[in-house]
Amino acid sequence: MKVLGIESSCDETGVAVYDTDAGLLAHRVHSQIDLHAAYGGVVPELASRDHIRRLPLLVRETLSDAALRTTQLDAVAYTAGPGLAGALLVGASFAEALAFALGLPALPIHHLEGHLLSPLLSAEPPAFPFVALLVSGGHTQLMRVSGVGAYALLGETVDDAAGEAFDKTAKLLGLDYPGGPALAALADAGNAKRFGLPRPMLHSGDLNFSFSGLKTAVLTVTRSPGFASDAKADLAASFQAAVVDVLVTKSVAALKQTGLRQLVVAGGVGANRNLRRSLDAAVRRRGGRVFYPEPELCTDNGAMIAFAGAMRLSAGAQGQRSGRVEVRPRWPLGEVTPP
Amino acid sequence: MKILALETSGEAGSVALQYCGEVQSVPLESGPAQSASAIERIDSLLAAAGCRLEDLDGIAFSAGPGAFTGLRLGCGIAQGLAMGAGIGVMPIGTLDALAAQIQEGEVIAAMDARMGELYWAHFRCSKGIPFPLGEPECVSPSNWQPVLGSVCSGIGSAFKAHRGALNPGIFTGLVSIFDDRTPRANEIARLAADRRYAAAAIDPALAAPLYVRDKVARTTVERLAQGGKA
Repeated sequence: MKVLGIESSCDETGVAVYDTDAGLLAHRVHSQIDLHAAYGGVVPELASRDHIRRLPLLVRETLSDAALRTTQLDAVAYTAGPGLAGALLVGASFAEALAFALGLPALPIHHLEGHLLSPLLSAEPPAFPFVALLVSGGHTQLMRVSGVGAYALLGETVDDAAGEAFDKTAKLLGLDYPGGPALAALADAGNAKRFGLPRPMLHSGDLNFSFSGLKTAVLTVTRSPGFASDAKADLAASFQAAVVDVLVTKSVAALKQTGLRQLVVAGGVGANRNLRRSLDAAVRRRGGRVFYPEPELCTDNGAMIAFAGAMRLSAGAQGQRSGRVEVRPRWPLGEVTPP
Repeated sequence: MKILALETSGEAGSVALQYCGEVQSVPLESGPAQSASAIERIDSLLAAAGCRLEDLDGIAFSAGPGAFTGLRLGCGIAQGLAMGAGIGVMPIGTLDALAAQIQEGEVIAAMDARMGELYWAHFRCSKGIPFPLGEPECVSPSNWQPVLGSVCSGIGSAFKAHRGALNPGIFTGLVSIFDDRTPRANEIARLAADRRYAAAAIDPALAAPLYVRDKVARTTVERLAQGGKA
């Protein structure tokens, strides 16, 4: 079965074709980072405008890369939520209409399900069940994943997402948007032990996170008398170390609590090299293993949506043929059910 | 010409099918349910006429100006249907479709644009086909000074929504005002099918809404210059 996947929940337009026999046939992503940079963050209306300009062309190019015609597809999967309402609606209206015109089932997919399952697209995939750490600009969650659609929330952030904390802290340090990767790059040259920043909720006894206080702690340091701008790299490194420390400790605690040995990491922050190094070491010490998506699939993409759609179809999902264009900007992952 | 048309630029959406010389249309559910019902209604229209998407000469949509999300809904559905059926799309100006409700004479089509502004354009209509006399604009009602011909009608929600703010000369200068009219898929289909209007079917990947209001956010530099935060 060949499934077209469409992702448009935020500031990346992603399109892919996944074949249940041959794997990922093609995928393309158009990032809007340059578009939003001048505004210091994602402007939802501009994001929607860009999605509708790019999407049909990306679909055509992706099908061409895969040497497929639309009539050779078996289903159309798209991100139905959570995300920016207007941006989601672009993908949903196009995808439902395309599926209707081709007489194919449409599969509305939960964006985080796409991320969660994306490590299964790698050469050495994990097997169910596993613990998933979903860590991005919009989410920080730990989940027990026992199968497609079987996700139990173990813990999540009570305020900012980890990626959001990276971006906001980067802004405090005067780094350009998007600040997260710039902060990580600056941290490489810094001394992580110079500033003793807090590790929020490290000993809370549960698997929840909190990152907004850490950002405030950074602000306090930057405003303290005698803080020199040449200490920015050290502060960035100290901040990153605090975030990584919390993510690693809670992830290991989640493995302990569930008795599982496989940890899957998904979402944009999962590309952070420092986090990877620390997680690998900590989980290996427990005799476990960490799985990551291919680097190009860490950020939002259509491949994970096509793949989640294909997994659902393979597990018996019928998809919908009603043509109803309905998106869910707020959609708790806990409401997703197995096919 | 066989044309399917979508009008989703405002609260009262509709879809229409021009087929065998007749136009059939159905309203969409109002409000947010508009998006949920559009493809179902298209399915019923096509089924009632015994017509397949592949039989159509094109899929027309109300390109704007209008509610941004609604415009993208219509454009996105038109693109998806057209790409699936291997046919072209026909973007039709929303103010053109509004003006097309008037048969003859000069027409000022003006719709409420929210945020204290209105969208408008000037046309000369002949047998229900509007020929534009200028580009559509987004303006503040108090600054709006359209030059009215001797026999000129007004149509659209702006005349009611901004009644108090409009220059009184506009109301005395127009021979008739139809302020309760909204754009309809009927005229979108009719204009797309009429050779005199000369709408062209284009590649669905090249179609885009016509927003008219293009400044929707301030850059960091602009915010700082106006005393705001980065």
